[in-house]
Amino acid sequence: MNWVWFHRLASPPSFFALAERLSPWVLAAAIPLLLYGVVGGLWLAPADYQQGDAFRIIYVHVPAAWLSLFGYTAMALAAIVAVIWRMKIAECAVVAIAPVGASFTALALITGMLWGKPMWGAYWAWDARLTSELVLLFLYLGVIGLQQAVADPRAAARAAGLLAIVGVINVPIVHYSVEWWNSLHQGSTVSKIGKPSISANMAWPLLSMTLGFMLFFGWTVLRRIQAELLWRERGTRWVRERFVSLPEVSGD
Amino acid sequence: MNAAFAIFQRELRLTFRRQTEWAQPLVFYGIVITLFALGADPGSPMLRQFGSTVLWVAALLALLLGGDRLFRDDLDDGTLEQLVLAPAPLAVAVGFKLAAHWLVSGLPLVLISPLVAGAFQLSHDASWALFLGLLLGSPSLALICGFGAAATVALPRAGILLPILILPLAVPVLIFGAGAVRVAQSGLPIDASLYFLAAILMLSICVLPLAAAAALRNAYE
Repeated sequence: MNWVWFHRLASPPSFFALAERLSPWVLAAAIPLLLYGVVGGLWLAPADYQQGDAFRIIYVHVPAAWLSLFGYTAMALAAIVAVIWRMKIAECAVVAIAPVGASFTALALITGMLWGKPMWGAYWAWDARLTSELVLLFLYLGVIGLQQAVADPRAAARAAGLLAIVGVINVPIVHYSVEWWNSLHQGSTVSKIGKPSISANMAWPLLSMTLGFMLFFGWTVLRRIQAELLWRERGTRWVRERFVSLPEVSGD
Repeated sequence: MNAAFAIFQRELRLTFRRQTEWAQPLVFYGIVITLFALGADPGSPMLRQFGSTVLWVAALLALLLGGDRLFRDDLDDGTLEQLVLAPAPLAVAVGFKLAAHWLVSGLPLVLISPLVAGAFQLSHDASWALFLGLLLGSPSLALICGFGAAATVALPRAGILLPILILPLAVPVLIFGAGAVRVAQSGLPIDASLYFLAAILMLSICVLPLAAAAALRNAYE
C-alpha cells in the first residue's frame, strides 16, 4: 500500500494548504444545511401535540449533544495518533477540538435547561443524561486546563491527549453508572432503527441541522488547526514564504 | 520484578521515616467529616441519610488531594529520571509505587471507616458496605490520582488543576461506592455495586499505570 498521501498529510505545510482549500467548501456546505434546519425547524415543522412549540429546541439541543460526544471521541482518536505516532497535526487537532467540543457541550446543557423549565418545571434535575453531560463538560475543561498549563506546546498537547484517552474510556462508564443511578430524561426519539417515533417533517430539519452542525464543527476545527500550526511554525521558512508581505517574526 | 519490589520497599521506608505523613490523610478525613456534621442540624435524621455521601466524598478528597506530591519529590531529587531511564518498564515501577502509596494512605482510611460510620449511626450492614466499597474503590482512586499527579508533574504549581483533572474520572467509583452504602441502608444486597467497583479496579490496574508512565516520559522530552 502506498502511504505517501499519509506522510504528506502529516507535514504541516501540505496540511495547511489542504485545509486552506477544503475549508471554504465545508463552510459553503454547512450554511444552507443550517439555514434549512432553522427555517424547517422553527416554521415549517408542526408543533408537537404534547410539548407545543417548546419541542423546537431539539433542533439545537440534539445536534449539540451529539457533537459533544462526537467531539470527545474525535479528540481522543487524534490524541491516540498524537501519542503513538507523534504526529504534529494530531497534536494540533487535540488542542483545536477541545474548546469547540466544550462549547457544544455547554450549548447542549444550556438548551436542555431552557427546555427543562417548561417541561419538567425546573431548570436542572439530577437526571442521568444531564449529569453525565455535565461530567463530560468537566472532562473537556480538564483537558483544556492541562493543555494551557504546560508551557511547551508539544508536551502540553500530548499530556492533554493522554487525559483525553483516559477520559474516553471513562465516558461510557460514567454514562452507564449515572444512568443506573437515576434517569428522568425522555427516551431517544430519533435513533430507534426502522420505526422512529418522530414524524418525517420534524425529522428532516433535524437531520439537516445535525449535518450542518457537523460541517460547521469540521470547518471550525480546520481553521483552528491552521491557526495553531501557524503559531507553532511561525519561525519556519514555509510560513514566511506563504505570508511574504508580513514582517519577519523571530521564532523560538 | 526485583526492581519493582525495590521501589515498593523504598516507598514504604520513605513514608515510615517521615512519620506524620501517613497520618495526614486520616486527620484530613476526620476534619472534613466533622465540618460536614457541623454544617448540618445535629439532631436531624438527614445526617444519617447523607452519611454515605459524606463519608465517601471525604474519603475521595483525602485520597486525591494527598497525591499532589506523589512524583514531585522524585522529580526534584532525580529519582524519577533514573526510573525513566532504567531498563525495567516504567509502567510496572509506577504501578508498584502507587501500590505502596495506597498501602500507607488508603488502607488506614479503609480500616477506620467502620468506626467513623458509627458516628453517623449507620447500620451494621451499611458500615460493612462502606468498608468493602472503600477496600475495592480506594485503590482505583489511588491509581487515578497517580495518573493526575504524573500528568501535572512538570508544572511548578498544579494547585487546583489536579483535582479538576481527576475528580471527574472518579465519578463512577463514587456512584457505586456510595450507592452500595445506600443500598445496604435499605436492606438490599450490595453484590452488584461491589462487582462494579471490582471491575473498575481491574480496568484501572490495566490502563492507568501505562497512561501515568506515558505522562511521566512526556514530562522529560
